[in-house]
Amino acid sequence: MKILSNIIVKLLLILAAILFISYSQQSLDSYTLGILNNIGIFAILALSYNLINGVTGQFSLEPNGFVAIGAYMTAILLIPADTKSDMYALVDPAPVILHMHSGFLMALIFSGLAAMLVAMLLSFPVFRVRGDYLAIVTLGFGFIIRIFAMNSPAYTNGAMGLNDIPDSANFLWIGGIAVVTFVVMLNVISSKFGRAMKAVRDDEDAAAAMGINTFKIKTTAFMTSAFFEGVGGGLLASFLTTISPDQFSFLMTFQLLIIIVLGGLGSMSGALLATILVMGSMEWLRFLDSDIVIFGHHTGAHPGMRMVIFAVLLIIMMLFARRGLFGDQEFGDLIKKLFSRRRNS
Amino acid sequence: MDFTTFLQQLINGASLGSMYALIAIGYTMVYGVLRLINFAHGDIMMVGAFLTYLAYAAGVPFIPSVLLGIIGSILVGILTDKIAYKPLREAPKISLLITAIGISFFLENLFNVIFGGVPRAFNAPDYLTKVFHIDNIYLPVTVIIIPIVTVLILTSVLWVLYRTKYGMAIRALAFDIPTVKLMGINADSIITIVFALGSALAAVGGIFYAISYPSIDPLMGIIVGLKAFAAAVLGGIGSVTGAVLGGFILGFTEILVVALFPDLGGYKDAFAFFFLILVLLFRPTGIMGEDLERSRF
Amino acid sequence: MSTSLLEIRNITMQFGGVTAIDDLSFKVDTGDIYGLIGPNGAGKTTIFNIITGNYYPTKGEIYFDDNDITGTKPNHIVTKGIARTFQNIRLFKSMSVLENIMIGFHQRTNYSYPEAILRFPRYFQNEKRIKTEAMGILEEFGIADYANNAATALSYGNQRKVEIARALATQPKLLLLDEPAAGMNPIETEDLSNIIHKIKKDYDLTVLLIEHDMKFVNAMCNKVTVLDYGEMIFEGKPADAIVDEKVVSAYLGDFTHA
Repeated sequence: MKILSNIIVKLLLILAAILFISYSQQSLDSYTLGILNNIGIFAILALSYNLINGVTGQFSLEPNGFVAIGAYMTAILLIPADTKSDMYALVDPAPVILHMHSGFLMALIFSGLAAMLVAMLLSFPVFRVRGDYLAIVTLGFGFIIRIFAMNSPAYTNGAMGLNDIPDSANFLWIGGIAVVTFVVMLNVISSKFGRAMKAVRDDEDAAAAMGINTFKIKTTAFMTSAFFEGVGGGLLASFLTTISPDQFSFLMTFQLLIIIVLGGLGSMSGALLATILVMGSMEWLRFLDSDIVIFGHHTGAHPGMRMVIFAVLLIIMMLFARRGLFGDQEFGDLIKKLFSRRRNS
Repeated sequence: MDFTTFLQQLINGASLGSMYALIAIGYTMVYGVLRLINFAHGDIMMVGAFLTYLAYAAGVPFIPSVLLGIIGSILVGILTDKIAYKPLREAPKISLLITAIGISFFLENLFNVIFGGVPRAFNAPDYLTKVFHIDNIYLPVTVIIIPIVTVLILTSVLWVLYRTKYGMAIRALAFDIPTVKLMGINADSIITIVFALGSALAAVGGIFYAISYPSIDPLMGIIVGLKAFAAAVLGGIGSVTGAVLGGFILGFTEILVVALFPDLGGYKDAFAFFFLILVLLFRPTGIMGEDLERSRF
Repeated sequence: MSTSLLEIRNITMQFGGVTAIDDLSFKVDTGDIYGLIGPNGAGKTTIFNIITGNYYPTKGEIYFDDNDITGTKPNHIVTKGIARTFQNIRLFKSMSVLENIMIGFHQRTNYSYPEAILRFPRYFQNEKRIKTEAMGILEEFGIADYANNAATALSYGNQRKVEIARALATQPKLLLLDEPAAGMNPIETEDLSNIIHKIKKDYDLTVLLIEHDMKFVNAMCNKVTVLDYGEMIFEGKPADAIVDEKVVSAYLGDFTHA
C-alpha cells in the first residue's frame, strides 16, 4: 500500500513537471525562458555533481572539464560539414571532424558517453589509490581540456571556438532532461548502489568490510556524474549556439560547488532547490559588481566583487552551516519525519 | 641540438625547477602534517609576489620589499589556517577541502577586484635584470642566483627538520598527531610553524617567478601551484627532498621537451598533469616513496 | 584434511622497526567460540586486520577452509565467508538501522545498475527480499522497533547489536568480533552474551573474539589464546588461563574488569 502511494505521488510530480515545462515553452517570453533554460542546465549539472561529491563523498572538481567535452562533442556533431569548412579558420578541419554528424538526441548521448569514457580512464590512477588526489587530478584535468581545445585547431578551431551551433535545445529538451536526471539520481540513491555509495562516504573501510568493492562504486558514481555532465554540456552548446575554450573555466565548477553545498551535500532535492536559488539570483546579484550606496557612502564599482562575496559565503557556510538546506536527506524524507513526529506527540 | 643550446636549456631548467621546488615544499609539508591539499598555497605565492611588487613600486628598496612580501605570505598562510582550517580539524575531510578551494577562489578574486586581471610588469632592480653573454649562452643573472639561493634554502629547511627540536616535532606530527599532543607538544603551534615556513618558501618562489617572467597577475598562482603540487607528488608527497626532486624534474622536462620538440610547446603546461597520472598509476608514493597511508585501525 | 576452519600459521608482522606479532600460530575449529585475549597493545586487533586483508603479514599465512587467503582484499574476504565488527563501533552514520543491515546484503542483492535505474522487476523483488530478511535479523536481536531510526540514535549496547547484525547479513561462516563487550554495563554484557550464543546456534557460526572482560570470556569461549607483546603465551581453556603464571604476570592481576 505504501509503495503504491509512493509511486502515485512520484507520477503526479512528474506529470506536474511535464505540464509546467510545456506551458513554459509555449507561453513564456524569451527572457524568462532564457533564465529557466539556464537553471535547467545547471540543475542537470548540479544533480550529477552531487552524486560523486555529496552522495559518494569523493571531493572532485570535474564538472567544467566534462561539460567542455560534452559541449564540443555536440557542437561538432550538430554543425553541418560545409559550415565547419568555412568556420575552421586557423587550419583545415580534420577529415573525421567533417564526417561527424548526427541528430540532436544522438549528439547528446555521444556527449555523455565521451565524458563517461574519460571518467573511466581517470578512475584508474585516482581511485585505486587512497588519498585526496581526485580533486587535484580533476582540477588539473579542467585546465588540460582547455589547453587541448586551444592547441588542436584542426579539431576544435582553437581559441576561436565554434559558433552557429544549431539551437535545438529548448526548454522541452532541457526541462525534460532535467526531470530525467532527477529521477535517475533518486533511483540510484534508493538502490543498493546508492547505499554502497553512502557507505563509502561514511566509512570506506567498514564499507569494504561489508563486501563493497569501493573502487567499482566510486568509478560507477564518477562515470554516472560524467555522463550527465556531458549531456549538460551538449545542451549548453546548443543553447548558447557558440562555445569557446575560455567558457569552461573553474568558475563553473565553483558555482556548482556552492549550489550543492547550499542544498546539502547528498540531497538531490536540495541541489535542485539550491540551483533555482543561486542561478535565479545570479542576475539580481550583479548589483554587487556595481556601485553600492551604503549609508550615503559609495563603494565604487568593482567588477568581480560578486565572486569575492560568493567565496566568502562558501567559507562561512563550511564553517557554520555545513549541512546546507536539506542535509543529506531528500525533501520527501524530511516531510515524512515531520509528520511522524506530529503523529507521535 | 648543439652543446651550447643544451647547456642553455639545462640552465633554464634549473632555474624553473628551483621555483617549482620552493613552492612544492610548502604543499608537501602541509599535506604531510595535516593530510590536506592546501589549494590556497599557489595563491599565497601570488600574494607574496604582489606585495613585493607593490612595496617596490611604492619606493621601498628591493630587499625590504621582498621581506614584506614574504611576511605578507606568512600572515596569509597562518590566518588561513587559523580561520578556516583549524575550526574544521575534526570535520570530515571533504569539508576541509571545500573550504581550501573557497580560500583559493577568494584570494584570486580579491586581488582581481583590487588590482584588475591584467598582468603587470614586475620591474626588478637592475642588478637582477643584468644578462651575461658567454659564447651563445644567454645568462640572465637570475638564472645563476635562483638555483643557488634555492639550494641554500633547501639546506636550511632540512637542517631545521632534522637538527632542531621544532623540526623533530614537525616530523613527529606528520606521523601521528594525537600521540604528539600527549607528549606535551603544542600541536597547533607546530602546525602554525609549518604553514609559516611553507608560505615563506612559496613567496620566495613566487618572487623568483615574477622576476624571471617579468609579470604578475592574480591568477598566476593557480597553474604554477597545480604544477608544484604535481611535482610534490612525483617526488613523493610528504618528503621535502622529494618535493625538490620533483620540482627540478618537472622544470627540466618542461624546458627540454619544448626545446627538443617545439611543436609541443602549447602543451607545456600539461606535462605536470601527465606526470601526476603516471605517478598515480605506477608508483603512487612517488620517487622518495614515503608511504603516508597509515592504517586507521 | 584438517577440521580447523581458520588457521593462523607462523604469522609475523613488522611495522618498520616494531615487531607487532612474532611467529604466532593457532587454529580455530568449526563451532568454536575462540577468545583472543591479552593486555592492550598485544597485537590482537593487528591479527584481525591481517585475517581480513587490511595488512599483509611480513611472514606466515592465513588459511581459511583449507584455502590460503593471506592478503586477500577486505571486500573479497567477505565473499569467502568471514565478517567482522570493529573495536570502536563503525556504523554508517548517515543511514538508518535498517539501511545499515541492508548494506550487509550488498553482495547478495541481485540486480544490476541499469536494472536499478530503470526499476526492472528484479529491483523490486530483491529489495523486498533483503528488506524482509534484514527485518528478520533485527527481530532476532530484539531491536526491530528501531529499524527506521538513525543508527547513531541508539544506545551503545544496541548499536553494537546493529553492528553484529550487519556482519551477520553477509552470511559468514566465521564471525570476528573485536571487543564486542567494550563499554557495556553488566546487564548489556549478559544480553550480548546470550545473543551471541543464540546466533551461533541459529546461523551455524564459528566465532573468534577479542576481549578484555574475563568474565565474558569465561562465559563465552571454549578456547583462548593469550597474547603478550605479539607472542602467544598461553593456549587452552579459559579457566586454565586465569591461573597460568605467565598470563597472570602479563596482566598483573588485571583480570576482572573490562
